[in-house]
Amino acid sequence: MVNYIWVGMMVIGFAVAAFNGNMDKVNAAIFTSAKEAVTLSFAMISILVFWLGIMKIAEKGGLLEVLAYLFRPIVKWLFPDIPKDHPAQGYILSNMAANLLGLGNAATPMGIKAMEQLKILNGGKNEASRSMITLLAINTSSITLIPTTIIAIRMSYNSQSPTDIVAPTLLATAVATVGAILIDRYYYYRSLQKGGK
Amino acid sequence: MNFVQSFSIWFIPLLIGFILLYGTYKKVPTYETFVEGGKEGFSIAINIIPFLVGMLVAISVFRASGALDYVMLAMRPIFSLFHIPAEVVPLGLMRTISGTGALGMTSDLIATHGPDSFIGRLASTIQGSTDTTFYVLTVYFGAVGIKKMKYALKVGLLADLIGFLASIAAISLLFYS
Repeated sequence: MVNYIWVGMMVIGFAVAAFNGNMDKVNAAIFTSAKEAVTLSFAMISILVFWLGIMKIAEKGGLLEVLAYLFRPIVKWLFPDIPKDHPAQGYILSNMAANLLGLGNAATPMGIKAMEQLKILNGGKNEASRSMITLLAINTSSITLIPTTIIAIRMSYNSQSPTDIVAPTLLATAVATVGAILIDRYYYYRSLQKGGK
Repeated sequence: MNFVQSFSIWFIPLLIGFILLYGTYKKVPTYETFVEGGKEGFSIAINIIPFLVGMLVAISVFRASGALDYVMLAMRPIFSLFHIPAEVVPLGLMRTISGTGALGMTSDLIATHGPDSFIGRLASTIQGSTDTTFYVLTVYFGAVGIKKMKYALKVGLLADLIGFLASIAAISLLFYS
């Protein structure tokens, strides 16, 4: 999908430029934007290094486990078909905690671990179970406390207040996550009514 | 609104302070751990370069040619009905498909309109508030061999739409009301 969009933007761009007769502008744009992308990545190094360093301390100090403990009741409500103290619960909780802290890289392996356990619970079928879809919904709407990369980009473009989007992001992400859970429930009950499990 | 702004300013130092003190209390070798994690940040920044170059070049070709103006001209009446700036619509679409692609678009919007403009803030919030549905779906279900995904894609995409609209509402409410 990304492949088609990417090629599409380029080819349509060239075609429109040919039609408009501004191919020289397009030529210049190619090289300035490539250079800008590299400059931007380097400008982001400082904040990424700093923040992932701090987050490593949180991870090693066991803050992930503390968060997991705090959120246990929520997980019980979200995933009613997982038996008590099943390993899937632990992985789901760590996945959510890592997402919350903006540790995308740590969240993915834990999410995959959770999916593996859920597949075992589902009898090893190659069909998505209720809990799998719920876990997915939570991940795609990912609650994030600190949008690190965005703050880094804002800083590199000399924002007067790079972090002032933290509060609106929290608000939007919370709404999205609640929405995702409600939509997930809606489709689950609808699929029950249709007679399929 | 003052509260929101001071919350954003205080939140990060308080969180960092808490993490550092908690780590010290738990006898984590804080400085060494910091360096270890920081190295990961460095490699992420380097790994992201080809994605950003690819996407920013494609966007700027699309824009410099004038194609983007045509698209926005066509879309403007629909979105202005809902007070959605047409400039962020391509970002909203890209966000569900490619995380790095969306990152490229976000930084392009910030560069063009300025980080503290309405569109700059909106792009930042959209980028931060949802995750790439197609990527998450591919990685999570792919890793454990789920072929029938049932209603998962619908749920993911609708959640993205909610995140997009919530971002617009949050920015309008907190900064421009």
